[in-house]
Amino acid sequence: MANRFRLTIFAAVALTLAAVSFAQNLPWNNPGRAQNPNQQQGGAAGPAPRRDLTGIWDAGGEGIGARGYPTSPLTPWGEEVSKTHKAGDGSRMVPVAEINDPLSIMADPAGFPRILLFELRPFQVVHTPNSVLMLYMFEKRWRVIWTDGRQLPKDPDPRWYGYSVGRWEDNYTFVVETVGMDERTWLDNSGNPHSDQLRVEERYHRVNQNTLELTLTIDDPKTYTKPWIPRNKLPLRLLPPGTDLMEMIPSASEAAAYRKVMAEPSR
Amino acid sequence: MKKRVFGVVLAAVLMTAAPLAAHHGAASFDTEKEIMLKGTVTEWIWANPHCFLKFDAMDDTGTVRNWAVETANPTDMSVRGWRRTSFKTGDQVTVTLQPVKNGAPVGRLRKVVLANGETLGTTLPGAAPAPAQQPGR
Repeated sequence: MANRFRLTIFAAVALTLAAVSFAQNLPWNNPGRAQNPNQQQGGAAGPAPRRDLTGIWDAGGEGIGARGYPTSPLTPWGEEVSKTHKAGDGSRMVPVAEINDPLSIMADPAGFPRILLFELRPFQVVHTPNSVLMLYMFEKRWRVIWTDGRQLPKDPDPRWYGYSVGRWEDNYTFVVETVGMDERTWLDNSGNPHSDQLRVEERYHRVNQNTLELTLTIDDPKTYTKPWIPRNKLPLRLLPPGTDLMEMIPSASEAAAYRKVMAEPSR
Repeated sequence: MKKRVFGVVLAAVLMTAAPLAAHHGAASFDTEKEIMLKGTVTEWIWANPHCFLKFDAMDDTGTVRNWAVETANPTDMSVRGWRRTSFKTGDQVTVTLQPVKNGAPVGRLRKVVLANGETLGTTLPGAAPAPAQQPGR
């Protein structure tokens, strides 16, 4: 009995020391390892766990989406709105001093779904009993996706990140529906617009332990003549547990400094 | 402190590695020109949406101008080996940059050679050139 007790204590101490040693070797300020193809996790991936997206996920360079996405044809209303968007990149690109992107000029929130279409940096998924939380490195924002069976609101007040409900379509596919997005946000970095009728579907398919696929569908009949899919099975890779991500927060003061030092002199 | 133009137009090239700074695209920059300047660091700003390096450099006419050249954001520069502490005021640097079209002393940085010979670049170390879509603003 005494021997068993001593063995248990020994094992516990050894595990603790191993965990401390591992943690001490982790970078304290990680920009997201999968950005570098040489740094991705090796080895065969285990099977996907059932109904579980827990972890920190990274799309690497594919998450950035600097130039925006091809859309389905705009409606006349969508055309009019899109003409007012002077984007930093993509089809509506203008010189930096003329950009009117609310994110880059005023540090307005990226909003949803732009957080998935531009600067999709690593994000962490946390399950709670009645929701799934998504915590984004970019902007250090979070979303709550309700999983308690509630319905989407019929006439929601607009929110920068909308109102989301989620359900498991099968044991490995989590589907999220979102409505109520604020019209001031852009869909992406090329200034694609949206209306208050925007509805977004996200499908997260867990392929295996280390891989998740994201498919995103945009449905906004006031702005686009038919639904379109900017992200189709975008692979997301699982980062090591304990990864401490860098801050990547657009701030109004830093945006103003950039305009003063870089953008305005370039006119 | 000796500052002088180290070189002017190197080549009319379209770069094989897409520039890092591209939240905004290339609309403001003369993408067919690269210049190399030797100068003295006046400020290194480690910030979003872009870090930028300010330095004094003398041009062919003997005029000293204070340049401001942007990189990508701290996250992407960290992956490429850059740090908040990469430069301090007074450091001697040789900067390769792509200038803006209007002639102002503003541009986007391609690489820096420090006084000790170390080079800081914009591609991933030991990896393929930077992805085609890179942040900037």
